[in-house]
Amino acid sequence: MQATTKNHAQLSEAFIADEPRTDWHDETLWFVRSKRDKAVHQVPEWELLREWASAIKNHTLSNLDNYLVDFERNANANGVVVHWASNASDHNNIVLKIMRDNQVKRVVKSKSMLTEECHLNPFLIENGIEVVDTDLGERIVQFRNEPPSHIVLPAIHLKKQDVSETFHEHLHTEKGNNDPQYLTEAARQHLRSKFIASDLAITGVNFAIAETGGFVVCTNEGNADMGAHAAKIHIACMGFEKIIPKLEHLGVFLRLLARSATGQPTTTYNSHFHRPRNGQQMHIVIVDNGRSKQLGRPEFRNSLKCIRCAACFNTCPVYRRSGGHSYHTAVAGPIGSILNPNIDMRANADLPFASTLCGSCSNVCPVKIDIHDQLWKWRQVLVAEGYVANGKKLGMKGMAFVLAYPKVYRIAGKMGRWVMRVLPFVTNNKLLNPWYKQREMPEAPKASFRDWYRKNRGGS
Amino acid sequence: MSRASILTAITNNKPSLVDLPIIDINAVIQYDDVVAQFKAVLESIGGLAIELNNMQELESEVQAEKAKGHYIINTLPELGEVDKDLATQVVATLETVHKAYLRGAIAVAENGAVWLYEHQMVNRLSPFICQHLVLVVEKRNIVATMHQAYQHIDAGKEGFGVFIAGPSKTADIEQSLVIGAHGARSLVVYLV
Repeated sequence: MQATTKNHAQLSEAFIADEPRTDWHDETLWFVRSKRDKAVHQVPEWELLREWASAIKNHTLSNLDNYLVDFERNANANGVVVHWASNASDHNNIVLKIMRDNQVKRVVKSKSMLTEECHLNPFLIENGIEVVDTDLGERIVQFRNEPPSHIVLPAIHLKKQDVSETFHEHLHTEKGNNDPQYLTEAARQHLRSKFIASDLAITGVNFAIAETGGFVVCTNEGNADMGAHAAKIHIACMGFEKIIPKLEHLGVFLRLLARSATGQPTTTYNSHFHRPRNGQQMHIVIVDNGRSKQLGRPEFRNSLKCIRCAACFNTCPVYRRSGGHSYHTAVAGPIGSILNPNIDMRANADLPFASTLCGSCSNVCPVKIDIHDQLWKWRQVLVAEGYVANGKKLGMKGMAFVLAYPKVYRIAGKMGRWVMRVLPFVTNNKLLNPWYKQREMPEAPKASFRDWYRKNRGGS
Repeated sequence: MSRASILTAITNNKPSLVDLPIIDINAVIQYDDVVAQFKAVLESIGGLAIELNNMQELESEVQAEKAKGHYIINTLPELGEVDKDLATQVVATLETVHKAYLRGAIAVAENGAVWLYEHQMVNRLSPFICQHLVLVVEKRNIVATMHQAYQHIDAGKEGFGVFIAGPSKTADIEQSLVIGAHGARSLVVYLV
């Protein structure tokens, strides 16, 4: 995503340097998680819904090739052109070709994590296309030349002062006016002019329905609709796992999605596209980009059930305190940490380790992905494939040795206590001991619990 | 090229077939009073639901709005003259619409959403581009949850259709809720 070779721990270090801001980020996301809980508690059959959603997705993955063919046939019959892209570069070239064929210069885009994954924006801009992101959060980060830090709340890492400064620079809003109402109004006026002037709109896809060849796009702002209905050409981009078998299954997924994401009973607009309007062109680009490979990994394939609600982000103690950019990928958070090693094992080998394995992600997941189990399983794969630093490997091996031999363990304990008492500067040292960076060392006890027990209770 | 290789890869890598679950709608929440539930939820998401005794009350509102010189879209014959050019109207003109009066097919009690078919919008942009949106739904067409909603509508019948729940909104700046992002700044649903 970013041109960086830093890993999650190094990028987090930069993020947490500002302590009050880290606390604010943590609390803001926890607030979203709390809203999710309130919404969920209004639905007594919540667990049943999760079970249905998970089972529908499992079924779909087990029959995915047939559903994709059904979807394509029905979409074609509806007058929609379907394209297939094996990877990010195919996807970007298909989109560019549609633009070239129609002499399109100006494009509006609503949120699509797939196009982030494929780095579509920089590719189009290099090829002379004006691309305007129209989701407010995405427009903010686009002005700042940053990637989104969250798949549902793209600018959640920013404070209103930051947005005010960015809008002052790009939209000439009043300097120092930090009122969200005022800033949103400025974006509304600015983006309405873009909707009117644009020739082509790109949207993502939340759900694609095999039995009808239609697709559903969910937004709160209405930007996908403003773009798609105003433009002469609409391109919808989707990873192939967005397929669901039937329209009636939307009843299950739309009850889960917004409640899990933001705690709303539903998103404001759930738009169902089936046919282009008179005179309009409608295209769908179906993308693989590593997904078929993930489907072939039995331990990891059910990550493809994800509906991108980001509940796992909001609940994650590591995400909340390290920020989305520390994951250096389009999809951050726990789900990103099990998806990205499949795309590039070397570049993303750090991510499955950015977790406490507390399991909260799996508990809130509306489609019951075993996220924390998969994080743990990825660690095994990455070590076996040689993608883990030698220091970590040695440390784990040393730890295993010490814990396997009680005598070694006792000697090591004694040495440790002695060092902490006599030479505290060795352990209370940020250079030698990374554990000490954000923590105080405990006071070393005089004896181990074992020694104390033998002395005081051993005889009885 | 890509199509064949993607489909082949999926065929080779997919797990063995598992069944679809049976969705038992009797197992989901029911409301004693779907009208009250719909009203309460719509208000909680920034909209307003008003029960109406007769369409004349609304007709006079439409006439009064028009008299003020605002650009008003009316698609309901019972509310007076309907806009004949709406289907083909250009975007730049639609952008000046102050208020749109549209009929919705059904309303959903659990989440405050109203379903609109394309023919009810006349122009796909009309419910989104107007500054203020007014929807008219028959009280007998309120269902409890989204499961019943999909039983009542045929969501793939027309080229486009949408569930709208409340006015356009965003919380992208510090999680502060702002009503009126890109779409309508207000939504009133009249229940008749």
